Amino acid sequence: MKDSLFHNHRKTIASAIYTNRLFHIFVTIITVTTFLLIIGLLYNILGKGLPKLSLDFLVKLPDELEAGGGIGPFLFNSFYVLILSLILSLPIGIGAGIFLAEYAPNNRFTEFVRTSVESLASVPSIVFGLFGYVLFVEYVGIGLTIIGAAITLALLNLPVLARVTEEAIQAVPQDIREASLALGATKSQTILKVVLPAALNGILTGISLVACRAFGESAIIILAGGTSTSGFMWDFNLLSQGGTLPVHLWYVQSEALVPDAKEIAEKSAAILVLIVLMISFTVRFPLWIQTLITKIKATPRKS
Amino acid sequence: MALPAEHVRIQHEQTKTKQWRTKYMKNNAFRYACLASALSLGVALFSIVIFISQTGFLVFKDVSWKEFFFSATWEPFEEKYGAAVFILGTLYLTFLTLIICTPIALAIAIFIAEIAPTWLKNIMRPMLDLLVGIPSIVYGFLGLTILIPFIRETTGTLVGDGFLAAALVLTMMVLPTVTRISDDAICAVPQHLREAGYALGSTKLQVITRIVLPAARPGILTAIILGMTRAIGETMAVVMVIGNTAQFGWDLLTPTSVLTSNIVMQITNVQFDSTWNYALYMMAFLLLFISLVLIIIIRQLRPKGE
Repeated sequence: MKDSLFHNHRKTIASAIYTNRLFHIFVTIITVTTFLLIIGLLYNILGKGLPKLSLDFLVKLPDELEAGGGIGPFLFNSFYVLILSLILSLPIGIGAGIFLAEYAPNNRFTEFVRTSVESLASVPSIVFGLFGYVLFVEYVGIGLTIIGAAITLALLNLPVLARVTEEAIQAVPQDIREASLALGATKSQTILKVVLPAALNGILTGISLVACRAFGESAIIILAGGTSTSGFMWDFNLLSQGGTLPVHLWYVQSEALVPDAKEIAEKSAAILVLIVLMISFTVRFPLWIQTLITKIKATPRKS
Repeated sequence: MALPAEHVRIQHEQTKTKQWRTKYMKNNAFRYACLASALSLGVALFSIVIFISQTGFLVFKDVSWKEFFFSATWEPFEEKYGAAVFILGTLYLTFLTLIICTPIALAIAIFIAEIAPTWLKNIMRPMLDLLVGIPSIVYGFLGLTILIPFIRETTGTLVGDGFLAAALVLTMMVLPTVTRISDDAICAVPQHLREAGYALGSTKLQVITRIVLPAARPGILTAIILGMTRAIGETMAVVMVIGNTAQFGWDLLTPTSVLTSNIVMQITNVQFDSTWNYALYMMAFLLLFISLVLIIIIRQLRPKGE
């Protein structure tokens, strides 16, 4: 009797170890295949588009009917709208984040603000687009414009900025604040000169996240900025049409008549991915170096 | 003779009070600026809800709500505005995406959080963060140029557009988000719970399935719901692969349409003051409503006091 119990027990242990190993293999296989698949697809995009790229393509005007057109105005508009929307949303988003992290009392009002931030973050981009359309095309009556696109895009950025700022500020240790207050600084001085610099890493990462998202956004731009541009380069006029590169990619892929539409689409997609990767890297690279340096400094030297 | 010194002292004090005053005024001004920015977020949300719903509800002047919600005939040129196809389509597509996405995302999250060595973690996490930033239109483009020809070849259908293609593209889009948040949730489970499990002789699998995952459940559910909100609201990636036809596509390979794709395909071609336009706004309001409800669910999931 005892013998068989012992035997059974050993069997369950053996099977538990066996399933454990199976599980390890299973999870590893899923992860590796998914990562390989995603990397393969990105490589596919970059590999197809990048070799054919030329500077000419990046600055030339698009052509409606003949092959060989560029994406100049669209690329320019992409950056222009992105920068405008960031200028509009950074102060408000960061301000809201500071309020939530530093000032917000624990009451109904704060709860309301938090709920709005989270809800705004989950509003589908097409709804933002329709809002921009009602506001700028129907009520203000300026039509599809760069400024309309930028303001609508800023609304998309706001909640993410607020949340990221709040999280970054909350991660700053309390004693730094207390030290600053003890030296006689006011709360606003403490926040601006002590807390924000300490939270800068987190905020910058958040900004890069927001910039990537805003750069690649297309539904909002179609509805508030239109699908075409003013048709010439370096047009800083806020009231000209605000089609950006993602929109152009969609337009070329679905409606364009040019014979080399496929090639333009491939190249545009490659540029989009490249720029998004660059935005992430330029923000993350200095941070990465910084953490590396602090790590090296922190390791005790052997004497 | 002490007068000048006294004078200087008073003057000094006066300037000092002045400095103090400006300092505190600045302090207050900054505080109110922050308060105003926080308020403006609430104002933005409310004006969006009001603008969209105001325009959207006008549709019920001409179309009964029964027709709008339960009829499947969407023929705007014949004044038939039944949105059931799109509503059910959106729900079905989201459901499909989650069915495909959740197991994969969980597996990857478990791998990263529990199994992978540290150097691999440090590569995989930033990679997932980068993937979150890839524009949705690029995913749509990938679906259109690679996935759809592939589906056409393997299944032998003529078009290849439909729920299957859309769900796969959405899965790829949502996967990094869901994985990262689940990963964070799993990492937030205190280490001593795991150690207690190991001390009782559990294998890693037993610790993960019986201790870590139950403890991380609210976080994982939040991740899945956030993935849902992205999947429901995604427009451009879906438009490129779904086929944009107002018919049911239950068999996954028939061209069909969802709320977002229908809105973006038609909104630019209609008059603002038409029932057609109002119907599209009503559909946008439904999207807004669904995502707000999902956010309320997330807030309920969170433990109190956080």
